[in-house]
Amino acid sequence: MSRNDVLVNVDWVQEHLGQPGIVFVEVDEDASAYDGGHIEGAVKLDWKKDLQDPLRRDYLDKTAFEALLSSKGVSNDDTVVLYGGNNNWFAAYAYWYFKIYGHRDVKLMDGGRKKWELDGRPLSKDAVERPATQYQASEPDLSIRAFRDEVVASIGSKNLVDVRSPDEFSGKILAPAHLPQEQSQRAGHVPTAINIPWSKAANEDGTFKSDEELAKLYAEQGFDDSRPTIAYCRIGERSSHTWFVLRELLGKTDVKNYDGSWVEYGSLVGVPIEK
Amino acid sequence: MCGAPKQGGSLAGIDLSTQTVIQGSVWHDGAPVAGAYVRLLDGTDEFTAEVVTSPEGEFRFFAAPGTWKLRALAPAGKGQRVLDAEVGLNETTVVLD
Repeated sequence: MSRNDVLVNVDWVQEHLGQPGIVFVEVDEDASAYDGGHIEGAVKLDWKKDLQDPLRRDYLDKTAFEALLSSKGVSNDDTVVLYGGNNNWFAAYAYWYFKIYGHRDVKLMDGGRKKWELDGRPLSKDAVERPATQYQASEPDLSIRAFRDEVVASIGSKNLVDVRSPDEFSGKILAPAHLPQEQSQRAGHVPTAINIPWSKAANEDGTFKSDEELAKLYAEQGFDDSRPTIAYCRIGERSSHTWFVLRELLGKTDVKNYDGSWVEYGSLVGVPIEK
Repeated sequence: MCGAPKQGGSLAGIDLSTQTVIQGSVWHDGAPVAGAYVRLLDGTDEFTAEVVTSPEGEFRFFAAPGTWKLRALAPAGKGQRVLDAEVGLNETTVVLD
């Protein structure tokens, strides 16, 4: 696996618009972004309405994921190219999710919506309809997903990478600062976690830094290559961005995303917290 | 939720006795800039949040008391402003060069 297998740039996307066998998918939490203009031919996945179980706090089960992708016209053999807002946080979450369910060829568009917009590239408001498919998902690959008990058991032994901002890590604020600061859980971080904010892996235009810059970043921040790794944030999307960097760009092995993240951990009774 | 709510508009429902709201608009050539990317950086210049301005060029953050830097990025240019925020409403403007 190398950068070219998992990442495409905006020029590549523009050159491959409309090409059979490639499905562009915009993933946002704010679905109005897509409705206001999207990459031509791209289908929409709403992070909350489409990708989260409507009742339990979890992602969709295998059957529901198959139904979703079938309805969006995605085939098992398609190359799926994901992009979105928030510096590709939600697109990276979807990338991890497609990997959980075993999609063969999935890539991120480097820089996401932001890079595309800053370049002044064309956006379309045309409705996108793709013929339904019969998508078949694999059983979930839990080697890339961490659960709370594993996180607690990993204190002091694995790389626990807290990718939130320094102020969230220290407990000064409880959520990214574009959201109201009214949350029920405790502030702070998992003991022994190292704080390497997701944003350090990205340039200001939302593109990923070079492999050399990324390798240097994690080495300098105390990342131990000999240990397994769990990344977390608040709800698991920024940590998907870092999971992508560590596993897909830098090729590190045994890297999991803890999608329960701080919203879960900070609400658990009796677990240790550092501030 | 981690995506940004709709930017600008009413402050109804926001408790200004507990929240530290930083809001304002992005301007260029005497007009507000819609669709600009505005980042909130902490005292060490580290990224804290980012939103996209509304059709009226407005942005809003929920921070904590202290010194913050706003950086705006749009096809028309870049701009930045440093401010000291307190609990309540903190209003400012970022002009693109």
